[in-house]
Amino acid sequence: MTEILTPELDERFRAAAAAEGLLDVAYDVFDDTAMGPLLVGVTDRGLCRISFDPEPERELELLARAYGPRVLRSSHPVDRVHRELDEYLEGKRRAFDLELDLRGQPDFYLRVLAELARVGYGETTTYGTLAARAGNPKAARAVGTVMNRNPVPIVLPCHRVVGANGSLTGYGGGLHRKEQLLRLEGAIL
Amino acid sequence: MAVAVPPFETFYESHKTEVFRFLVSRIGRDGAEDAFQETFLRALRAYHRLEHGEHLRAWALTIASRIVLDGRRRQRPQGEMPDLVTEDGRPAYEELAPFTDDLPPKERAAVVLRYGYDLGYDEIGAALGSTESAARQAASAGVRKLRKEQK
Repeated sequence: MTEILTPELDERFRAAAAAEGLLDVAYDVFDDTAMGPLLVGVTDRGLCRISFDPEPERELELLARAYGPRVLRSSHPVDRVHRELDEYLEGKRRAFDLELDLRGQPDFYLRVLAELARVGYGETTTYGTLAARAGNPKAARAVGTVMNRNPVPIVLPCHRVVGANGSLTGYGGGLHRKEQLLRLEGAIL
Repeated sequence: MAVAVPPFETFYESHKTEVFRFLVSRIGRDGAEDAFQETFLRALRAYHRLEHGEHLRAWALTIASRIVLDGRRRQRPQGEMPDLVTEDGRPAYEELAPFTDDLPPKERAAVVLRYGYDLGYDEIGAALGSTESAARQAASAGVRKLRKEQK
């Protein structure tokens, strides 16, 4: 028994690693949200990843490639994101107050995501409108791709972007989630 | 082609149990708790500078054994005699421990990793940040010194 590594000791190391600022990405998996399990990653600059249906192994490889190999599960750095997501999903929060780390995104993506961030709670917009606001009215299809690759869904509200005819069109996390989020915000009945 | 280092989480999960057992066997449960944390913090501080992901197990055990050694240097009371009693069935590295503590760190690490953990010289070389032949030399120099001490 004395040789067993206790969960307390394991957690103590994970907390110390984050407290010393040694991590490229701290992440955790929230198992119990209304949207199912969510993997959330933060860097020292801010939130960098929210992922549905997390397959941690693949997700960790992607995070390591984008931000550096020191990727470790550590709950404290993601506490605030956890709390804000919970409040939002309970209908008690309409906007997120979080720094984002969108390092490595191409310019066009950043322009589109910046416009996306302005689409308010309970509103919807179209791919074409967002393309025009980002300076390229013909790029509706490209905007669809940006939405599909949104690194921080929910917080950057790609669920609020719908087709010109009002159809929900598509969602990286599955259409049922898009519908669930729009329902939560009262954008659809 | 060199294998890229895996995400630290994968490295940590793969080796934490063995590193902890190794530390408990060397310095007991109480000391092992702090040494465990220090081992992986030290690994984390160097992790992004590793050029490939080979020999990570040997690397983790080497860091752990250096931490044990650092602790002993600080704490060893004057005149303490190494405990020479060994029992059947104890892991080989435990039997080696009392004999190897006075070797220079590289030779000691090479001897422990070779004869206690049965690692190949290529792995030991990588763990010590040198080459296969340097690891072979360090281990044989260590063994020569141990033989002299025993006479």
